[in-house]
Amino acid sequence: MPTLTYREALNEALSEEMERDDRVMLMGEEVAEYDGAYKVSKGLLKKFGPKRIIDTPISETGFSGLAIGAAMYGLRPVVEFMTWSFSLVAYDQIVNNAAQVRYMSGGQLSVPIVFRGSSGGGLQVGATHSHTPENWYANVPALTVITPAFPDDAKGLLKSAIRSNNPICFLENEKLYGYKDEVPEGEYLVEIGKAKVRREGSDLTIVSNSGSTHRALNAAKILAEQGISIEVIDLRTIKPLDFATIAESVAKTNRLLIVEENKPFAGWGAQVAYQVQRELFDDLDAPVHRLTSLDVPQPYNGRMEQAVLPNEDRVIAAVKEILA
Amino acid sequence: MPAADPAVKNAKANSSTRLPELSPQQKIELFRQMVEIRHFEEKAKQAFQQGKIKGFCHLYNGQEAVAVGSISVLNEDDAVITAYRDHAHALARGSDANACMAELFGKITGCSRGKGGSMHFFDVKKGFYGGHGIVGGQIPLGTGLAYAQKYLGTNRVTLAYMGDGAINQGAVHEAMNLAALWKLPIIYIIENNEYSMGTTIARSSAGDPLTKRAGAFDMAAIQANGMDIDDVRAKTFEAVSLARTESQPTLMEIKTYRYFGHSMSDPGNYRSKDEIEARRKSDPIELYKARLLEQKVATEESLNAIDEEALAKAQAAYDFAESSPEPAIETVYEDIWTPEDQIPEFQPSQR
Repeated sequence: MPTLTYREALNEALSEEMERDDRVMLMGEEVAEYDGAYKVSKGLLKKFGPKRIIDTPISETGFSGLAIGAAMYGLRPVVEFMTWSFSLVAYDQIVNNAAQVRYMSGGQLSVPIVFRGSSGGGLQVGATHSHTPENWYANVPALTVITPAFPDDAKGLLKSAIRSNNPICFLENEKLYGYKDEVPEGEYLVEIGKAKVRREGSDLTIVSNSGSTHRALNAAKILAEQGISIEVIDLRTIKPLDFATIAESVAKTNRLLIVEENKPFAGWGAQVAYQVQRELFDDLDAPVHRLTSLDVPQPYNGRMEQAVLPNEDRVIAAVKEILA
Repeated sequence: MPAADPAVKNAKANSSTRLPELSPQQKIELFRQMVEIRHFEEKAKQAFQQGKIKGFCHLYNGQEAVAVGSISVLNEDDAVITAYRDHAHALARGSDANACMAELFGKITGCSRGKGGSMHFFDVKKGFYGGHGIVGGQIPLGTGLAYAQKYLGTNRVTLAYMGDGAINQGAVHEAMNLAALWKLPIIYIIENNEYSMGTTIARSSAGDPLTKRAGAFDMAAIQANGMDIDDVRAKTFEAVSLARTESQPTLMEIKTYRYFGHSMSDPGNYRSKDEIEARRKSDPIELYKARLLEQKVATEESLNAIDEEALAKAQAAYDFAESSPEPAIETVYEDIWTPEDQIPEFQPSQR
């Protein structure tokens, strides 16, 4: 099996899906002649031409809305946000139009569209560029929210997302673009809405997503050396939430730590904690613990930013607190 | 009408294709459409006052010549999109009046199955893409319809309507830039009724006329008299021809006036009764009626008969809406997701 970076896996997914269906096109800032701000679209202009790989002005409301309208008319656009932080400028279009126009029309319209781009903190780019907005979108009915953590999932989930007939928010992670791992060649689809156990264990379950899955796995490795066995579930899709996989694991380990990079108030982890206490109350040997970023805007200073993020040290401390 | 700014390239909107002469029957049909819309709105007003229509209800009285005239120069497979004052556009596009009234009543027989309401009419089979509630938010969508029309090589065009208040939204300017940049077959129509809700245009919008906004994008611009359906038709036809033959966008400003409040809940304290009475004297339906009589296209009796028929049709729509069933509460879970056919294992509608 070939080894690809997360970035290359995404590129392969885009390329394969564009070859398969000429209604699929990619639109966004610097996606064509610049080859993508993070090089996810590298080489695609050369391969598919300017009709299908479209450089836009810096105009997120305009091109997001335009792509939604095009999807309403039968195209299958992929819209790249240079970072998801910039999607806030297009929030009205995504929430009111992409997510709601089918419902408001009594089912007359479909919006087969993928919004994708980088997200997350840890790169010292300050508060405006470091958002993890999966909660903001997962809160909107009809939006599906995907956050892959590994190259194979990046490819398989993006291919599935492009084939969906519904609006999808696909949040990549800026820190993972260079991460390398094995990726199946050619036709490889990962089912949307299914979590994956990335490490098996028996003492405690960690549920995490995207960059936090890597923090959890690193912490689990360190804890294993201390005789603590951690099971790590990578959610992959935030919404719809795969609660069955979480429940099966918690029923086995009886302890749950949630690790997410979002700010703490009302995030997906709060939803998981609610459902676990509601449905698995008798299975729990300790209160559910939830580790998030600190409730402050993202600072520029590197040491400060690391302290804000749910770093490995904080994960390890939280595990020990639960097991104490 | 104030003259358009000379910097705006009106000349670009010229087209060699000429607006076809209407037959007497076609003229009478336009009259009928305007009268039907007027009676539909009067009936909606009555139903709102009776408490049968809830929420917001924005009426079109006074503006009929804009929707009817501009849509009358389209082909059946062209696209139309507008904001929340949308009843007339749906009806002019040929939507069933019964389904439209039923939507206002929130019934399952409504054109959006009772889920949209007054502001969110849809009839995609008739090329009507809504009915949108956020001021200016529909303009990028309409631009996307035109984008897809061009991408797919359809030779179709899109009419995207907005009120004069929308022209100050960023979404409108972003979309116009994209349409000019990418040469999209779209006609942006500002229905300038002089008030964005209760704020006069003098208090909301710098730069008169509004067509000047097109100049920055090197986009064609035309003004039309929205009280004169023939002028609306002629000017819209120029813009549609430019879109269809050269794939170029146009910004139109159609000057009009609404007789009632912004919505049914508007007491209208920001303008005088005298102003409204004065403007009613240039009523688009009365103007066209006089013209048809003068041209001897129709008789007073035949036009009065059309008025009676339109009144009866509006009453029939009211009766249909009232006697239609409420949606079953379970339908609240329907129309959220399009069924999947390429990834059938993912069935979000069952979650």
